[in-house]
Amino acid sequence: MQKSLLLGVEAIAQGAIDGGMSGVYAYPGTPSTEITEYVQHSKQANELNIHSDWAANEKTAMESALGMSYAGKRAMVCMKHVGLNVAADCFMNAAITGTNGGLLVVVADDPSMHSSQNEQDSRVYGKFAMIPILEPSNQQEAYDMARFGFELSEACEIPVMMRITTRLAHSRAGVARSAEVIVQNKLKLPEDKLQFVLLPAIARKRYRKLLSNQEKFEAVSEDSVFNSYIDATDKSMGIIACGLGYNYLMENYPDGDCPYPVVKISQYPIPRTMVQKITSECDKVMVLEEGYPVIEEILKGYLEKEAVIGRLDGTLSRDGELTPDMVGKALGFEIKESFEVPSIVAARPPALCVGCSHIDVYKALNEVVAEYGGGRVFADIGCYTLGALPPFNAINSCVDMGASITMAKGAADAGLIPSVAVIGDSTFTHSGMTGLLDAINEKTPITVIISDNESISMTGGQKSSAKGKLEAICLGLGVEKEHIHVLLPVPKKHDEIKEIFRKEMEYNGVSVIIPRRVCVQKNVRDQKIKKAAMAKAAAKA
Amino acid sequence: MKTDMVIAGVGGQGILSIAAALGSAALDNDLYMKQAETHGMSQRGGDVQSFMRISDKPIYSDLIPKGGADIILSVEPMEALRYLPYLKKGGYVVTNSTPFININNYPEQEKLEATIKALPNYVLIDADRIAKEEVGSARAFNFVMLGAASPFIDVPFEYLEEGIRKIFARKGDEVVDMNIKALHAGRKFSQENR
Repeated sequence: MQKSLLLGVEAIAQGAIDGGMSGVYAYPGTPSTEITEYVQHSKQANELNIHSDWAANEKTAMESALGMSYAGKRAMVCMKHVGLNVAADCFMNAAITGTNGGLLVVVADDPSMHSSQNEQDSRVYGKFAMIPILEPSNQQEAYDMARFGFELSEACEIPVMMRITTRLAHSRAGVARSAEVIVQNKLKLPEDKLQFVLLPAIARKRYRKLLSNQEKFEAVSEDSVFNSYIDATDKSMGIIACGLGYNYLMENYPDGDCPYPVVKISQYPIPRTMVQKITSECDKVMVLEEGYPVIEEILKGYLEKEAVIGRLDGTLSRDGELTPDMVGKALGFEIKESFEVPSIVAARPPALCVGCSHIDVYKALNEVVAEYGGGRVFADIGCYTLGALPPFNAINSCVDMGASITMAKGAADAGLIPSVAVIGDSTFTHSGMTGLLDAINEKTPITVIISDNESISMTGGQKSSAKGKLEAICLGLGVEKEHIHVLLPVPKKHDEIKEIFRKEMEYNGVSVIIPRRVCVQKNVRDQKIKKAAMAKAAAKA
Repeated sequence: MKTDMVIAGVGGQGILSIAAALGSAALDNDLYMKQAETHGMSQRGGDVQSFMRISDKPIYSDLIPKGGADIILSVEPMEALRYLPYLKKGGYVVTNSTPFININNYPEQEKLEATIKALPNYVLIDADRIAKEEVGSARAFNFVMLGAASPFIDVPFEYLEEGIRKIFARKGDEVVDMNIKALHAGRKFSQENR
């Protein structure tokens, strides 16, 4: 059969489309963004009328997906690992409500922090919620598991998590698609009218159901085609390899001749009998897992420490993504490295694009802040975070989406006045709005700069929920009209911008300044699309 | 038949189209392939790299082990050196000589070239010039580079032509021919200057 060349994330999207999905909900975040983009650009998805618009944040995305599941249809929600923290409230409770239509929660982790604040392991969250987890080891499994995930979710009436990591997300391989496209579910309300009503009395009942289902989830995992026990003769060691860990193991045995028994795990809960077999037959067990030592810790407990090796005892590095070399070294192979990086090779750090509007904002802001002394600019997550690096050195914090405004508030409460928050347009609607309301309610003297480039630029220019709405939102939340300013951040307005910054930093209340100029990258793309559309129209006429 | 290569450069230099042509060449001819790409923050003028693995046997890892790459193909000279630990003994560095300078401490051109010329197996090619003067399109320099690497890629040359034809088909014959011309120009240089 003809194979399609797909990224891991694209394989998930195509698998979900072919698997009868009615809608995907997401907020962009590397390395998960392309799942939703693939659905948005898919002709097939468009013809099937699959919902695929961006949500304001991961929590609203998760809640909407649960709503679609409530109505009986198959829904997918996608996010990066730190996005799951935002969605966690709904995520944990969705395990209690259970599902009606299939619900797949795809979370892309980023071990080695290629573009993230931390490298948390979402399998911990999956275990925390006590739901089944799928962890594909290649693009084909990613495709197959998206389809299977919906089935599993409906069979167990529970949300199913699919956990991937950067390497699989952004790696391409040939994927064979299933010949059958599953027809979307019809609208169907839950049989139990109280299933989704988590009043304490009902929630207690639902929670007991979740607990009693654990054995079933484990049994399904034991029989899963995605888990396997591969026997071998050398029982001096057994290996438990999860997800991509299996690939890095086999990379060291190119002819497939691994001498040790292996348990390959791509579905959780952990298949107990397979693990019991390998631990009882082998002298010791090496655990290869990407992210946290989740299985290793479970197996190690507190007493038997020597028989299990992995990330906890230093056999594998405690942090960072797995690599074939890291695994090879643990297996006793020598790393073949033959050349070193010459000393003249310089770092090429990421930088704001030439002509970026954030540059004009930072240039003016730096000069005004210097008048008060530095260390008072709280920023957020987006392209403008690059203002932390030289030549700007303009910001003093970047913690999580929305934290700029609330941290500035806390600092102002502590007496650091003026305190300034810098936040992007999309991040503001993601999680900044509620913090701004706190500041307004207490009339905290902070200056909020919403650096508006009318796009979610960091992840490639997705639609910003804030577009065209910022002034109205700020007014609605209660910012005084005369303390909301919209500016055009261009070099020739430098002095004018500084003057407004200075004036509002002096104001003893909440100010919002909105420098607005479209992202230069998005502008180029928009012009291209416009030109193509005009050429098409001209050709028709 | 097996080739592992690191494709290197700076964001926006066309690395992913090289990978797409190779990927298409592999898949349409029933070869196994895996291609891992690193992007995200790198879109903003940072270094980018793609691991490309092609084989007639199943491939396990998306990442190439250190000392395992047959080729480093770089569309910019300094980036060719960043991934040297991945090159195997006897492997080839095939790099464009035209620098992409977006940092203050970019090394001196002479030192850079001397370091490349000290490697045992290298092809240093001015792909920008060849694209402009011999091919007639400055934008085709990335396929000049693929052509320059082609003698070391264990995939029939006509597969690469097919790959280019496929990925550019919807842009019309002119674009396809231009890029195939670039492929040939790069290959010729490399065969004469390896």
